[in-house]
Amino acid sequence: MHAEEDTLGAQVCEADLEIKNAEGLHMRPAMQFVDLANRFDCDVSVSNGENTVDAKSIMQMSMLAATYGTRLKVRAEGHDAQKAADALRELVEEKMFDEPPPAKKGK
Amino acid sequence: MKFADFVCPDAIIVELKASDRDGAISELVSALTDAGRVAKTKRHEITNAVIERENDASTGMGKGIAVPHVKHKMLHDIVAAIGRSIAGLDFASLDKQPVYSVILVLSPVDEPDKHLQAMEKIFRHLNRPRFRKFLRQCQTAEQIKDLLDEADENPAFE
Repeated sequence: MHAEEDTLGAQVCEADLEIKNAEGLHMRPAMQFVDLANRFDCDVSVSNGENTVDAKSIMQMSMLAATYGTRLKVRAEGHDAQKAADALRELVEEKMFDEPPPAKKGK
Repeated sequence: MKFADFVCPDAIIVELKASDRDGAISELVSALTDAGRVAKTKRHEITNAVIERENDASTGMGKGIAVPHVKHKMLHDIVAAIGRSIAGLDFASLDKQPVYSVILVLSPVDEPDKHLQAMEKIFRHLNRPRFRKFLRQCQTAEQIKDLLDEADENPAFE
């Protein structure tokens, strides 16, 4: 994750996140993500490599439908960009949306 | 994934009789049991499960659409029904506006990726204003089916 200041003093912060809960980014986690992103003033976008969506829009975030293991790039731009990126990373990778990781299966 | 892979063509209701959210959900589940896609004996339990999920968090995301859904152990395959409300339904939507297009999705519990693929497909098109407009304006189930077929053939257009 890195942050930089552009000429106007607003932060730009990017973070690479990996989906770790088994069920992936279905509607419930997507809503948690959107609710959290909306707590910050900065603009936040999320990209899965193909599409870039507004992290503050549930309609758009629901479209990402990221499966377990998908890597997403979050980009935050604004005075609280670092905080936003940190919080979203915590939600996705540490809290895992309060959902379980995949069960280990014997083969 | 295409709409044709999971939307039941016999469970497209161009004019929902129900005037409230739970009635609409019940009507759409019934359409799937009538079409043989879900066992009749499971109708009640599945309907209640969808309503419970909807009470947990509204799937009325604004712009006149709602996507009530549930993952349930009694379901073996992913299937969807579509209903159109002319008068509009109260889904406690985010924008506090009525819902005119309801897409009900029933998924098995152990196929999260399939569920996500269906969601991706649904939301890719619900994010298009023209798609939403046409969905709301269709006068027959056939027209709704045609709209879905067109979306399947042109996934990237407008």
